[in-house]
Amino acid sequence: MTVLARLQGFGVSYSRKRHATTALANIDLDLFAGEKLAIIGESGSGKSTLAMALAGLLAPEAQQQGTIEWPGYSDQPQPGRDIGFVFQDPGGSLNPVMTVGSTIAEVARVNLGLDRASASQSAHDLIARVRLPDPERIAHSYPHQLSGGQRQRVAIAAAIAGRPSLLIADEATSALDTIVQAEIVALIRSLVEADGMTLVFISHDIALAASLADRIAVFRSGRLVECGDTRTIIQQQEDAYTRQLLDAHLAVEA
Amino acid sequence: MPLLAVSGLTKRYRRGDTLVSAADDVSFTIEPAETLALVGPSGSGKSTIARLVTRLIEPDAGTILLEGTNLRALKPSALRAMRGRLQIVFQDPLAALNPRATVGRVIEDPLKIHTRFSRGERRSRVASLLERVRLDPALASRPIHEISGGQRQRVAIARALASSPTLIVLDEAVSALDVSVRAEILQLLKRIQRETRVAYFFITHDLGVVRAMADRVAVLDGGRIVETGLASEVVSNPQSEIGKALVAAAPRLPRS
Repeated sequence: MTVLARLQGFGVSYSRKRHATTALANIDLDLFAGEKLAIIGESGSGKSTLAMALAGLLAPEAQQQGTIEWPGYSDQPQPGRDIGFVFQDPGGSLNPVMTVGSTIAEVARVNLGLDRASASQSAHDLIARVRLPDPERIAHSYPHQLSGGQRQRVAIAAAIAGRPSLLIADEATSALDTIVQAEIVALIRSLVEADGMTLVFISHDIALAASLADRIAVFRSGRLVECGDTRTIIQQQEDAYTRQLLDAHLAVEA
Repeated sequence: MPLLAVSGLTKRYRRGDTLVSAADDVSFTIEPAETLALVGPSGSGKSTIARLVTRLIEPDAGTILLEGTNLRALKPSALRAMRGRLQIVFQDPLAALNPRATVGRVIEDPLKIHTRFSRGERRSRVASLLERVRLDPALASRPIHEISGGQRQRVAIARALASSPTLIVLDEAVSALDVSVRAEILQLLKRIQRETRVAYFFITHDLGVVRAMADRVAVLDGGRIVETGLASEVVSNPQSEIGKALVAAAPRLPRS
């Protein structure tokens, strides 16, 4: 298996007025090309910091320790072109005064060097690909005119418009109801598999992650607690905290 | 006599040229010490019904009887007195509670409104409410913004309990919490119900929570109740389209 990204002794800390806060510490983790890796953790686990670090989107004042190497790329991967990012709140990541068609076209134009007409065509194709009805009408809509689930589909279309090889979804379904959540997870899975993308799926929900991921990495308080195949983590987990997360899952079946 | 009897509850909103029903002829009852869950997808009208039942918004039609008293017929002063019996806990305690107030003040305020306790009696009642929700009474002097999300939701529950309610509406009250904190809060709510016989109207989109907490469940779709039954039966064998979709969409751990 090709290693896409390799984290060694990786850490992130912030200092504010002589006060140092460690967001991540001493992470050793390989991300393999073409895999679906779930990052599981609760508030303060460092899972979003890890996502931002992978995407090269950490705040300038963040102090990094250790290294992230990208053996899977010939040069430093660029957000947008090489790495697509889907956040929890699509309302916050879409421009409220731009039509969603223009937002998606802009990503294609900037990252793929398309002219306006081809970028616009690409946006229409992407809107259809994320299974939004009536792409013509959706392309001319503003984010506020769409439902939460529709906005997240648009955000996914924008995230893949630059044809990235790595897609990072950070709590991308957490603000959605269960039915829409299942649809968005199915959409992410089909897009990732069709395009051969690598997926990093960040979630607090271990059952949801297990339905999608090949491997699961469990984070707690900035540390990597346990990492392994989904089946191993669910059935033969070694760490007490992982077991606690599994016990906290509320099953619909007896 | 049921604790709460809601019948024909209707609320419509104008959206452009059309009227949208957020609640359409909704009827249900809740017995003392019972937990009724209301489930449905986003936009099905769950939160509207929570607000109608607690009289935070005005219905277009319908009756709401709490312990036999018609809440819609009450004068404002009588409704205020009744509010102590019927409390609501929201999803986001930071939005619902004054972030700069201390924990103690947040819990003491309803005691000032709904009881004639002296200052000393109120203080000792605040301490016992904090113990009831398993928080250190020393937390009373801390401002809300300084404590964790799980602690804030415990404070919101303590505040709701202060006026000795017979019914608490929990509007997605555990949806924003981490899973391990959620498990603790659900245990806490169950224990409080055993101790005080308070009834819960538990509003959620999560059928796992319904199965863990509710005696009965009503399934909501487009402002209408499309299915009602024992929680265990509805979750294992839903009859309505939306009930089936909610069960099918619930995350499951893979089996060996």
